[in-house]
Amino acid sequence: MKETFRELLKDKISLIALIVLIGLYTAIFLANFIAIYDKDFASRKMSYAPPSNIYWITPDGKFSKPYTYNQIREFNPNTLETTFKQDRSKKYYLKFFTEGFEYKFLGLKLHHHLLGVEEGGNLFLLGCDINGRDNFSRLLYGGQISLTIGFLALFISFPIGLLYGGISGYLGGKTDIIMMRIAEAIMSVPSFYLLIILAAILPSGMTSGQRFMLITIILSFIGWAGFARVVRGMVLSIKSQDYVTSAQAIGASKLRIILKHILPQTSSYVIIAITLSVPSYILAESGLSFIGLGIQQPDASWGNMLKEAQEFANILYRPWLLTPGFLIFVAVLSFNLIGDTIRDILDPKSKLKI
Amino acid sequence: MPLSKFIFKRIIQAIPILFIVSLISFFLIRMSPVDPLAELRLNPSISKQTLEYEQKRLGLDKPIYVQYFLWAKSFIQGDLGTCSTGERVIDKIKERTLNTLLLSLNVIFWTWAIGIPIGIIAALNYRKAFDRILTILSSIGMAIPSFFFAILLLIFAQKTGLFPIGGLTSFDFQNMTIFEKILDIMHHLILPTIVLATISLASLSRQMRANLLDVLDSDYVKFAKTKGLSPFKVIFKHALRNAINPLITLLGFEFAGLLSGAALTEYVFQYPGLGRLILEAVMKSDINLVMASLMIGSTMLVLGNLLSDIMLKITDPRVRI
Repeated sequence: MKETFRELLKDKISLIALIVLIGLYTAIFLANFIAIYDKDFASRKMSYAPPSNIYWITPDGKFSKPYTYNQIREFNPNTLETTFKQDRSKKYYLKFFTEGFEYKFLGLKLHHHLLGVEEGGNLFLLGCDINGRDNFSRLLYGGQISLTIGFLALFISFPIGLLYGGISGYLGGKTDIIMMRIAEAIMSVPSFYLLIILAAILPSGMTSGQRFMLITIILSFIGWAGFARVVRGMVLSIKSQDYVTSAQAIGASKLRIILKHILPQTSSYVIIAITLSVPSYILAESGLSFIGLGIQQPDASWGNMLKEAQEFANILYRPWLLTPGFLIFVAVLSFNLIGDTIRDILDPKSKLKI
Repeated sequence: MPLSKFIFKRIIQAIPILFIVSLISFFLIRMSPVDPLAELRLNPSISKQTLEYEQKRLGLDKPIYVQYFLWAKSFIQGDLGTCSTGERVIDKIKERTLNTLLLSLNVIFWTWAIGIPIGIIAALNYRKAFDRILTILSSIGMAIPSFFFAILLLIFAQKTGLFPIGGLTSFDFQNMTIFEKILDIMHHLILPTIVLATISLASLSRQMRANLLDVLDSDYVKFAKTKGLSPFKVIFKHALRNAINPLITLLGFEFAGLLSGAALTEYVFQYPGLGRLILEAVMKSDINLVMASLMIGSTMLVLGNLLSDIMLKITDPRVRI
């Protein structure tokens, strides 16, 4: 394991990918500290406000502490257009390590923040959405869901797949045939169709916590069957080996043989499969939320934030609404690159490598 | 095993799978406590006779397992019921399935036409500049979320005006000549095809490259080289065929991935395909339509796998089930 990790760090591309991922996960771990506004902040006057400009050179050419101007919404009754103008009358200076809204972190009540702005000023680093919510802060809160839900689903679906494949392969015979036909049937339902139907039969009126849990369980439905099939194939070849026969001879129970003697042999494949399937879970969650069946408003997830980008006016005039898409892309790319390298290390025969 | 026997055996195997899929489709959807005809009842343009007929067809007053058999029986007979707009489900599904097939086959054609040569060139330039650039590009291609890519392409279409924004046909499609109609459909297919092909292309070209590298390493290729055959002949006569064979199994998987992936792409591009149909049906809780399209989607997948297995058997007679 240590060796694998060392080799992983040697590869420049995966080192960069690893740093990017560590950065993303640190950011969502410290989301409340980094976020400028709290989860419930919304200001109707700031609907679709563009990103605030930050200046460090005053109009007369002198360096100054970074500052920003507030934006005022103006409505032109003739053209029916809403525009935002900077209110140049007052400067608001940025403040670092400042105090702000209160939040809980590891059981502590804190109100420290990385970045803030003077009283009365607004700081929207990446603009606002339709409800006047700060895009930057919501990206952090949304990341908390989008980047963790895949892992949680993996922890449900992989043990199921392992056990299912293990039992099916070890017992063989009719059990094997029936179990594999069921797995194949589940693989035969296009996974995204299955996802949306499962999400659609969820009862309405759940709390956001319950919804998060159920979406996780639904996501774990995809992928386990294909995984179980590969594990079964491996178990078939492992079970005829001498040490398994000797375990049988001393009377070990079937479950014990499967769990203790057979499944550990598949570990390197399992590690590869896990790292390579994290991205598909992230994509599945964001896709589901994107069409409105996953995580629901007002909770943020990168998928449901991107929902607003479906409108043409938005993508043309408010490109900051596309940022969640870029973050999904970056996260998935990093996982893929690391997964590829791990596969090359654990499976040196594979020629898929660079 | 002769080919005909192989095909027969393979079809027999597909039947229990379809049976289990039908169980999943039926019971999963009927788990939710929605009256399957609720939407139909709300639509005033649906006649009383239709409603009574539907009630009888689904046997809604009978126990659930009887309902399953009634549903399965009428499904096999080709009667899929009425959807909430009053149209017959089968007509709607037929049209949408053809559109999805058109898109998927188009995507598969382009991925193979581009992916295989790229994979070959990359393998022949192992670890050289082309190979490295390809690896980076394919990593990017695999990581980009399809719906996000679709949105980006829509921005491009909007800004340049080079491509139509969504749909499958233009508004004046009815008045076009046959030739214009074909051109119009092709024009609308370009962007969705680019989105879906990018993702499949990345994995296909990688797989092709890996397979060819494996084959080039094998004894019989080395032997052919030492025998003094020209490198061109070695690659195209001996290596290539064996490198492509494993990809045929991938075809089935690719088709599966396309059906799933296409749902989101169809949604963004407003493409009238099966994926969007099932999505709309789910949103409107149009139960007849949901069950039927889930079943048809799965059947298409099973058939896709069947076809790729048969093709593999033809190109590589050693294959056994």
